[in-house]
Amino acid sequence: MKLHEYQAKQLLAAYGVPVPENYVASSGTEAAEATERLGGTGVVKAQVHAGGRGKAGGVKVASSPAEAAEIAESLIGSTLVTFQTGPQGVPVHQVLVEQTMDIDRELYLSITTDGGRRRPVVIASAAGGMEIEEVAQTEPEKVLTEPIDPAIGFQPFQGRRLAAGLGLPPAQIRPFSAFVDACYRAYVEKDSGMIEINPLVLTNDGQLLALDAKMNLDDDALFRHKAESELRDPTQDDPLEVEASEAGIAYVKLDGNVGCMVNGAGLAMATMDTVKFAGAEPANFLDVGGGAAEEKISQAILLMLSDPNVEKVLVNIFGGILRCDIAARGIVDAYGKADRQPTLVVRMLGTNVDEGKQILAESGLTATMVDTLEEAAAAIKG
Amino acid sequence: MSILVNENTRLLVQGITGREGSFHAERCKAYGTNLVAGVTPGKGGETVLDGVPVFDSVREAVDSTGANVALIFVPPPFAADAILESADAGIPLVVCITEGVPVRDSTMVMRYLEGKPVRLLGPNCPGLITPGAKAKVGIMPGNIHLPGKVGVVSRSGTLTYEGVDQLTKRGIGQSTCVGIGGDPVSGTGFVDVLAMFNDDPETEAIVMIGEIGGTKEQEAAAFIRENVRKPVAALIVGQTAPPGRRMGHAGAVITGKAALASEKMRALEEAGCRVIPTPADIGATVADMLA
Repeated sequence: MKLHEYQAKQLLAAYGVPVPENYVASSGTEAAEATERLGGTGVVKAQVHAGGRGKAGGVKVASSPAEAAEIAESLIGSTLVTFQTGPQGVPVHQVLVEQTMDIDRELYLSITTDGGRRRPVVIASAAGGMEIEEVAQTEPEKVLTEPIDPAIGFQPFQGRRLAAGLGLPPAQIRPFSAFVDACYRAYVEKDSGMIEINPLVLTNDGQLLALDAKMNLDDDALFRHKAESELRDPTQDDPLEVEASEAGIAYVKLDGNVGCMVNGAGLAMATMDTVKFAGAEPANFLDVGGGAAEEKISQAILLMLSDPNVEKVLVNIFGGILRCDIAARGIVDAYGKADRQPTLVVRMLGTNVDEGKQILAESGLTATMVDTLEEAAAAIKG
Repeated sequence: MSILVNENTRLLVQGITGREGSFHAERCKAYGTNLVAGVTPGKGGETVLDGVPVFDSVREAVDSTGANVALIFVPPPFAADAILESADAGIPLVVCITEGVPVRDSTMVMRYLEGKPVRLLGPNCPGLITPGAKAKVGIMPGNIHLPGKVGVVSRSGTLTYEGVDQLTKRGIGQSTCVGIGGDPVSGTGFVDVLAMFNDDPETEAIVMIGEIGGTKEQEAAAFIRENVRKPVAALIVGQTAPPGRRMGHAGAVITGKAALASEKMRALEEAGCRVIPTPADIGATVADMLA
């Protein structure tokens, strides 16, 4: 689950991470008031779940409360398109109005979990304000990495080592170490999957501050973070994807016209690949999950059909935990309820496949039955 | 003859009285696996599935039955505890099927297991099966397997079945099929399984099924290049996935160049693997490789 910048900053500040003074505003008036409190100037930042806001016009400096109001009004209610959002963009409902800073230098800091090392890592770079992937490509020596032993947590010597690597002045070594330690405690205690402070700034008056903050939380751990689960902003995601996730279905909308419904993420990706190799374009990724019931199968198909681009449907079920007869009943139910019945290609295999095929045959549905991925590809092409 | 599970496997199922646990324990037993015990705290003393004893703790189950493989079906909030309990009881192979275990929990579990004689498979994996020994420790449909000499290792569940099915339909049997799971932090990886297949005299060729995201396939490629002396066919799925989107598996997000399918395929090809061009070609490619 992604958090907005203002939510991330509130969470981090509670752990002692220094952040600039800031106020959330949902209207021009509120933005003007916030700017007033900040002493008459401020930076107005659109709150969206996407990076690249600055270049997309989502971050602007206001030199007066009136200007802040004007900027906030132009942003709130608009749709911001950045290089991370895709052409449809994301809606802006709030802005963050923040104190302006005299910046000496910009650094990069992030914490994530490295699956290869099986532990969290702190990543830091003196090249702040840039995409870290780009820095890693062009100047890999500028990317510092500290793996953290989860049994003992982040240690001060690691903070000193990072600070030295970043070339920070001696006075900043302890504050920097404390900064990272606070981030790490937030990372662990909130079950975060990623915290990224980019840039982390050193101001002319010697303060280290999180100027921007991105943070996400592990969806699988939200059961122990009731308060944080309330921070979800579903307006930032595709409405179909939100509906799917509430139903426990993994769905990602794509641009093609062949709707794919599959059980299992790997097989779902394999099915998308098969469609693409057949010269067609998948309309979605859809993994209905393991022990899905008839209702969930039906819901998954109806959800897929609510995408108007879907002109053909490919169902690929390899029965294991999920039984083919249940899948077949779900398909019949969905096609009975749907207001349109796109061409249907069904490939079923595994547990109770004969019962499944019989249910489809007796339902009166016109479905092309195939046995292999190859045949599925041919049927989609044809 | 195989790796990890065989005729000597004495299976214990944690969460055996739950819906998933009892269904799959029954399936494992029906396939021929030696299911010796179940564990559900609070239900010790009961018996299930025609005489399988249920214990309150893994320790008691091990002491009474000599169980040496644990299969876990407990819900995500309790999965880490279940793994640790089995490890603490000295079970050398722990297989965690549970999907949705928090990454922090998996990280702590893996840290605890460091240096201990315990192998974890999963979490969020389909388990493993040795068809020739009638040993099924997982949720895969048993009937699609055929005893034989090809080792299969995969990050996915149903896609592993797809691969196995294509092999079996061509009469190509399997030594052991291992699903390592799709979570970002998990136990046994590609390299561990490849090393075991490489050392197993009864495995003559290997099929590896990978995915976009992370760099696990590159690590496997490096290992294959240096160490594996048996033919390897490899498939990477997600070739058509758009960058930055999570495709069901938490690990399957394309971030950075290394995570791309094309990069992984190139690394595997350079390591001397036969790259399986599309998911429909698993059987044909392996048949051709063995010919």
